[in-house]
Amino acid sequence: MGVFQQILQQMINGLSLGSIYALLALGYTMVYGIVKLINFAHGDILMIGAFIGYFVLIKLGVTPGTLIVAFLISMPFCALLGVLMEKICYKPLRNAPRINALITAIGVSFFLENGARVLPVIGPNPRVFPTLPPVTHHLFGVGVSRVQIIIFAVAIGLMLVLNYIINYTKIGKAMRAVSFDKGASYLMGINVDRVISFTFALGSALAAAAGILFASAYPQVEPYMGIMPGLKAFIAAVLGGIGSIPGAMLGGFILGVAETLAKGFLSSQMADAIAFGLLIIILVVKPAGILGIPINEKV
Amino acid sequence: MNKKLLVIIGIIVILALVLVAVFSGRRESDTIKIGTIMSMSGVVSAYGIQTRDAIQMAIDEINAKGGVLGKKVELIAEDDEKNPEKTMNALIKLATKDKVAAIIGALTSDCTLAITKEAQQRNVLLITPTSTNDRVTEAGDLIFRSCFKDSFQGSIVAQFAIETLGAQKAAILYDMNNDYSTGLTKAFQDTFESLGGRMVAIESYAGGDKDFNAQITKIKAAAPDVLFIPDYYNTISLVIKQVRNQGLNVTMLGADGWDELTGQAGDEAIGSYFSNHYSPDADDPDVQEFVRKYRSRYNVTPNALAVLGYDATYILLEAIERAGTTDPQKVKVAMMQTDRKFVTGHIKFDEQRNPVKSVTMLKIVKGPDGKLTTEYVGQVNP
Amino acid sequence: MQNERLKRTIISIILLVLVSVFLNVLVAMRIIDEYTTQVLTIGAINVIVALGLNLISGFTGQLALGHAGFMAVGAYTTAALVMKLGFPIFPAIFAGGLVSALFGFLIGLPTLRLRGDYLAIVTLGFGEIIRVIMINLAEITGGPAGLKGIPPFTNNFFWRPVVSFGIVYLFLVLVVFLISNLLKSSPGCAIVSIREDEIAANAMGINVFYYKMFAFTLSAFIAGLGGGLYAPFFGYLNPNMFTFLKSVEFLIIVVLGGMGNITGTVLAGFGLTYLQEFLRFLQDYRLVIYPLILIVLMLFQPSGLMGLFGNREFSLTGLAEQINQALFRKSPAEKAGDK
Repeated sequence: MGVFQQILQQMINGLSLGSIYALLALGYTMVYGIVKLINFAHGDILMIGAFIGYFVLIKLGVTPGTLIVAFLISMPFCALLGVLMEKICYKPLRNAPRINALITAIGVSFFLENGARVLPVIGPNPRVFPTLPPVTHHLFGVGVSRVQIIIFAVAIGLMLVLNYIINYTKIGKAMRAVSFDKGASYLMGINVDRVISFTFALGSALAAAAGILFASAYPQVEPYMGIMPGLKAFIAAVLGGIGSIPGAMLGGFILGVAETLAKGFLSSQMADAIAFGLLIIILVVKPAGILGIPINEKV
Repeated sequence: MNKKLLVIIGIIVILALVLVAVFSGRRESDTIKIGTIMSMSGVVSAYGIQTRDAIQMAIDEINAKGGVLGKKVELIAEDDEKNPEKTMNALIKLATKDKVAAIIGALTSDCTLAITKEAQQRNVLLITPTSTNDRVTEAGDLIFRSCFKDSFQGSIVAQFAIETLGAQKAAILYDMNNDYSTGLTKAFQDTFESLGGRMVAIESYAGGDKDFNAQITKIKAAAPDVLFIPDYYNTISLVIKQVRNQGLNVTMLGADGWDELTGQAGDEAIGSYFSNHYSPDADDPDVQEFVRKYRSRYNVTPNALAVLGYDATYILLEAIERAGTTDPQKVKVAMMQTDRKFVTGHIKFDEQRNPVKSVTMLKIVKGPDGKLTTEYVGQVNP
Repeated sequence: MQNERLKRTIISIILLVLVSVFLNVLVAMRIIDEYTTQVLTIGAINVIVALGLNLISGFTGQLALGHAGFMAVGAYTTAALVMKLGFPIFPAIFAGGLVSALFGFLIGLPTLRLRGDYLAIVTLGFGEIIRVIMINLAEITGGPAGLKGIPPFTNNFFWRPVVSFGIVYLFLVLVVFLISNLLKSSPGCAIVSIREDEIAANAMGINVFYYKMFAFTLSAFIAGLGGGLYAPFFGYLNPNMFTFLKSVEFLIIVVLGGMGNITGTVLAGFGLTYLQEFLRFLQDYRLVIYPLILIVLMLFQPSGLMGLFGNREFSLTGLAEQINQALFRKSPAEKAGDK
């Protein structure tokens, strides 16, 4: 295998990983754009989405059809969970100091992880996620597996849907308005609470989809599986410019590729350190991220 | 003011209750107390609970036959949460408050390493059933173990790769965050190279990683004959899938961490070899008997760590019986006289208090029922 | 007046010495048994690190999630200096704090300029990365198998728990003294003003970035000291002892006691460390209860336990004042411990 092919192969691996990061980063960025909260529990929604997919696929067997059913059950369920989480834990704290909401978010994250651990139907032991039999297509000596194709297709499809919702629907317009100025939107007759709930629902549904994709690519589900993707997706969101939706997608792809290339050509030990190093560099050089717009804080 | 008063009174009452609970639990009884420190919560709780259960089962069996030195044996189990700090607390509690005769534990090497020196200084005999790190028994002559150590296992697998499989070029993919994995890696590498083999790739990942594609692509480019992956089965099942997904057809080798892999992996694992503490072979009546008893009592199939815990209990209690006392200095001498077949094989201790026992090599094959199972390949004697 | 103040100071010092001597005698006579001493010492170290966290999160209002990482830096620095370079133990502990402070400084430099949320995520990342680095520096840290045989405070087996407890306790008193006096000073007021309203503080001419850096670096220093004490006390270090869960435990101590309250952190730190030994029967449910504590406190009692007492601090001089009045009957004792 030539160096060029190796690079190409690593790029494909990286783009596949990156599209999962991108889906997850979208949730972070939308929530942050609207309520200015880092929702630490977002990665754990991925875990719950993956587990629901797991139960559906175990019950129905794995075919392309049941995979779609898994998405259709998991996404609404997680959307509901996201809304509940917001209503119970974050809404009462909307006017409290920001640190309180952050601590609550940490608490929710821990609660979901460890709650899943002690729940008898989930438990602490990793389980094998059922997958379609592996098929690999070869192009110019580079392998692309069927899972990778599914990941690209679903991720791009969902991003297009999201793009449509945000830019061409009424609720999308309302989301943009609330994100721009919450107080003014309220005065203009926008139901801010509903928009925030909708944002959490949308983000959580995307996280659920990312969960099933993640579990299909790395076929194992366990309660702590959401932590690392969650952190990386947050970095991706900051990288692209937190609050910016195209930025989250871009950031996800960049981070996925950077990480895989780092593992492949530099040092696999330092891959996580490189991801966080990237975060620090962005914060120093361009805190608003690649596509973000710097905003000065007002009273 | 009243609310405050209530809170203060509440706190005082709770403190008093705690103190009462602490001081009331002391009663002398005519039993031999054995302590065990196991990780019954935390990331490896599944192993810890099974091992504790197996120890309890061994003690109940011995008690049913009349106990040790004419006394009943009592097990005091402490949870270390797989946290070295909590392991130390548990050791001090068992040694000073419960005054146990000996301790079986801890489960993982990091927890055991944290307490060996303290146990030695406190004159407490310690036998760990499962901590394979080489340095565990360094701390002194009261520290024993009933499993083989990492370096031994790693070199046996390397020897197997060269002598039985005829491998020339080997690659390793290991977890750099895990001393078990790094220990095996080093031993494998040393032995493989000293026997004339060549290491073509040594790649690592951080524990908890799910994506190994980058490393596998690199390994594929190096075209090895065998790939050694020393980690636990839940990571291995992921690694193997990705190896095969990339179309890398290489013989994979593993160690005792692969013990439960056959329940987790798919067909891609077929044809791989791994070393283990014992063979769950139908021929061995001791193993069959143990598995049957354990299943009927706890309703689950025991893993290798549970078997090791069971053996450690018998080794320890038989030594106490032989010594005729629970004095650690005398029990220690009796421990060294251990020389019989246990469930996991024939056990004798060397001067470093590591058991001299054979390693079993197993091959993963497809059973007649279509499920994966293991096939006994051979035993490598030290 | 001067005379009164002197008297009060003398009485408080006498009180402090009496309590310290009393506690240490109890430990030395094994009236407090070895197991309890062990737990108390760990509790005191936890309190020290949690006080460091309280300084940045409670008093300055910037959430930090990597104090286990700073503790690890302090612990490994101390261990390496003592074992490799033959440093005496106390300079090594201080060096541990200083190196940790340096890390805090370097992390704060890019992040504290920005909104507080970034600090949370960067410190979280730091805590994880430092573990990876420790694992890779196997020459110094022993790698994933951990570092064994760190020289203890004393080699005398009988006196070791006593000496460890005494030294850790002394450091705890010093840290409490340091923080409570800092808060009464003008930098302390600046720090608290940042928590209350960053923009207003800025408008009042307070260099917000400078004081955030100051608080964060000092916070890292204190956490490093805690780690430095931990190394010789425990004698064994493993990178996996300093996980995110550990950082969250410190956060729980701070939140439970009350953010921005020293007394609360001290009480919650000892209380939680001690309770953990009893709550072990809960097994993994413990890990569900912790986050519930955080959520419920944030929703219903954000000022923590000490919030029930009007967020007041226990004051030694206040107590001394009362004793003073009781002894010399100057005026009827009316005020209980001042704020």
